[in-house]
Amino acid sequence: MSATDDPHLGTAEQEPLGPPPISPLRENWRYFLANRGAVIGLVVIALMVLTAIFAPLIAPHDPTAQFRDALLVPPAWTDKGRPEFLLGTDALGRDILSRLIFGARYSLAIGLVVVTLALVSGILVGLVAGYFGGWIDGLIMRVMDIILAFPSLLLALVLVAIIGPGLFNAMLAIAVVLQPHFARLTRGAVMAEKHREYVTSARVAGAGTLRLMLVTILPNCLGPLIVQATLSFSNAILDAAALGFLGMGAQPPTPEWGTMLAEAREFITSAWWVVTMPGIAILVTVLAINLIGDGLRDTLDPKLKRS
Amino acid sequence: MSAPATPPAAGVPVLETRGVTRDYVSGGVFGGTRTVRALKGIDLKVDRGSTLAVVGESGCGKSTLARIITMIDAPSGGELLIDGEKVDIARTGVPPDLRRKVQIVFQNPYGSLNPRQKIGDVLAEPLKLNTSLSAAERRDRAMEMLLRVGLRGQHFNRYPHMFSGGQRQRIAIARAIMVHPALLVLDEPVSALDLSVQAQILNLLQDLQDEYDLTYVFISHDLSVVRHVADEVMVMNLGEAVEYRSRDAIFAAPEHPYTRTLFAATPRIDVDRIRARVARKTAARG
Amino acid sequence: MPLLEVRNLTVSFPTAAGRFDAVQGLDVSVDAGEVLAIVGESGSGKSVAMLAVMGLLPAIAGVTADAMRFDGRDLLRLTARERRNLSGREIAMIFQEPVASLNPCFTVGFQIEETLREHTGLSAADRRHRAIELLTQVGIPQPEERLASFPHQMSGGQCQRVMIAIATACTPRLLIADEPTTALDVTVQKQVLDLLLRLQAENGMALVLITHDMGVVAETADRVVVQYNGRKMEDSDVLTLFENPRSPYTRALLSALPENAKGGRLSTVSSFVPSAETAG
Ligand SMILES: Nc1ncnc2c1ncn2[C@@H]1O[C@H](COP(=O)(O)OP(=O)(O)OP(=O)(O)O)[C@@H](O)[C@H]1O
Ligand SMILES: Nc1ncnc2c1ncn2[C@@H]1O[C@H](COP(=O)(O)OP(=O)(O)OP(=O)(O)O)[C@@H](O)[C@H]1O
Ligand SMILES: [Mg+2]
Ligand SMILES: [Mg+2]
Repeated sequence: MSATDDPHLGTAEQEPLGPPPISPLRENWRYFLANRGAVIGLVVIALMVLTAIFAPLIAPHDPTAQFRDALLVPPAWTDKGRPEFLLGTDALGRDILSRLIFGARYSLAIGLVVVTLALVSGILVGLVAGYFGGWIDGLIMRVMDIILAFPSLLLALVLVAIIGPGLFNAMLAIAVVLQPHFARLTRGAVMAEKHREYVTSARVAGAGTLRLMLVTILPNCLGPLIVQATLSFSNAILDAAALGFLGMGAQPPTPEWGTMLAEAREFITSAWWVVTMPGIAILVTVLAINLIGDGLRDTLDPKLKRS
Repeated sequence: MSAPATPPAAGVPVLETRGVTRDYVSGGVFGGTRTVRALKGIDLKVDRGSTLAVVGESGCGKSTLARIITMIDAPSGGELLIDGEKVDIARTGVPPDLRRKVQIVFQNPYGSLNPRQKIGDVLAEPLKLNTSLSAAERRDRAMEMLLRVGLRGQHFNRYPHMFSGGQRQRIAIARAIMVHPALLVLDEPVSALDLSVQAQILNLLQDLQDEYDLTYVFISHDLSVVRHVADEVMVMNLGEAVEYRSRDAIFAAPEHPYTRTLFAATPRIDVDRIRARVARKTAARG
Repeated sequence: MPLLEVRNLTVSFPTAAGRFDAVQGLDVSVDAGEVLAIVGESGSGKSVAMLAVMGLLPAIAGVTADAMRFDGRDLLRLTARERRNLSGREIAMIFQEPVASLNPCFTVGFQIEETLREHTGLSAADRRHRAIELLTQVGIPQPEERLASFPHQMSGGQCQRVMIAIATACTPRLLIADEPTTALDVTVQKQVLDLLLRLQAENGMALVLITHDMGVVAETADRVVVQYNGRKMEDSDVLTLFENPRSPYTRALLSALPENAKGGRLSTVSSFVPSAETAG
């Protein structure tokens, strides 16, 4: 309405002042909850986290206990299945369900820690490179290119060999090899955004370098980063498994999904459940994380908001 | 609100440029580069509390000049003086107090608004960065300004894409005057506004000028608006100032041929001409 | 039968305070060869109404109309494919924010030729020729070199002219121009308006011209629709509008012309009390 003092034609908007300030967190949470896929994903992940926390209470068996009389028992619903081994047992007679339940602890932690490390460091590195450009950019990006030039698993292997085997070191190494993807994505987006006029406006308004980078530019680059982060989650689990397989990550008998998958490879034709069950666990997790990621991206997209 | 910076010695112009030039170099990667000289030596002086209007051909370098005056881009040659002091951003950067003193309304309002920032935050940001006001006070000031440019309270929590072109333009103006700059560069600030809102904004700018002794550099294509707001007028063509005189002198007797072309091309509301045109068209259609 | 016919168009957006009707019960029609100017309050739904015709509003917007027809075809029930064929070739639009509507990643030459590739059967060389010709028509100097420029290397007015070149590339039957000359100086504006009028006269194109410039209205329009707060206030031929405006809003608007300033102050519409009338 051009004339502010002209309420006669006010339509749906009657009150003179806007709604009271809502905290951005609260508001985004509301939009997130309105996204059905995201909520499903969140519920699934929450259930998994709970399972992981209460694993000793839920799991029917000890995950490392070997039942010598029950090697490669198929799942309970098949002909030869046994009711006490719901999802069957593996070649050593360990209950797969119990191992999956305990494995959730490791696998979720691996995914979370690796993605967080890679995301945060990649964003910082990419922001600096993209924002400052010049030789800083050249230097940083050449280092990233070197990391990317090696087969990622090989590089992780070398890193673990240097810093010593173990689950945490393996996570660190995987984070290092995943990080350049985030750095590259961030850099590209920052380079595109930093010439936009709204960045100039923020600078004219008095924003300093740090604020421009983190508050003005970064939020506009988040879309592709979120997608990449959700994809990396599954990579992290699988790479950790591969390292474990090579004796550099989680050591047997640690019930970790990736390791379970790797160990079961030889039974792919003879005992499908040994491979399938951890595979499904990883799949469901990744799917749920993906849903959350999409939901997050949409939540943060102003174009999809009501005013 | 925050008082304008201490006035400098009387007689010192708020803004002065001496032979400012600007070259754009494009091309590269494959083969040669191409240099475009967008400004070819601009001299101007603007006194405190007055308005310089810049008009000229599209693409003649007005926005380029605006970016140099606001210290966004460094000139390729020449000098920029603000409050009588030389500014060389290429060497020293822009001191924060100077930054606050000079603000700009960009030609393209949508591009100058952060797509992820709500309008309330857009308006409060300059206060947050330049003053020590509390969050509640910032909010109140932003709301006050929002209403002053003819928008409404409900708009406070909306994102830029939810506004019409003219509403965005008003948001950009509101943001620029939040911190009461001493010098305000307005790049076609009213081109997307209807006549009534345009009048409201022009009146607001005038009030602010009277109240705080603001200085404006006003870029516009609309000669009737220029005639209303300007004290002095600079006509630019192809990167040069072809005519630079007081408003009354220019409108009374344009000297340069380009100025005359400009005046002649201004569309006019003239009932007789409309009648003639309508008659022609009816005749042509049979 | 009018070329474009819109009856009782309503566009609403969901907001925190409930539904907000940006356009309420709008009727517009344009004949082939006619220039319809739409003027009115900023934020009164001019752009939104035309975007609704183009089918370009975001999904959250609710669009309803009793009828929305172009040349007898129902615009509300087009398939995506029919819509693609229609827009660009038969209906084109010049958007209000020229810089924002061009893709920053491609040269303007590429963007013009892209349109030609989509909608015409021209060869690559012919497309380039035509692109140069189009840029010349809208008064861009050194068009051959300009084809290689990116949008951020052009001035606001040059971007706007590129938009106009793209929109007129395939000689559409209906051109919707949303404030097409805001960033142009009056000489280029005249050139561009002459171009639009020539296309309109030669090809019988219908032109919908959204503008705030009453001078432009006076020199180009056949008929004028005045909008205020989502509603149509007046629908008159251009002579009537200036000689004898029917709606009080129009009268108030015209009195806000800078030429009519009284003692340095410009009058605004705040004194205008809207009546329930919707002329037309
Ligand atoms: N980044 C750039 N690279 C190369 N050339 C540029 C760049 N920015 C502007 N130019 C050129 O410089 C000239 C002046 O541009 P400027 O934006 O200052 O024009 P303007 O007077 O503001 O025009 P308008 O009224 O159309 O906005 C134009 O010819 C433009 O093409
Ligand atoms: N996504 C959205 N959500 C909520 N409101 C919106 C949205 N998009 C547009 N509006 C509102 O719809 C109204 C009409 O906007 P529109 O762009 O059609 O105005 P306009 O008549 O073109 O004005 P101008 O002359 O300023 O361009 C405005 O009040 C605007 O705030
Ligand atoms: Mg410009
Ligand atoms: Mg509009």
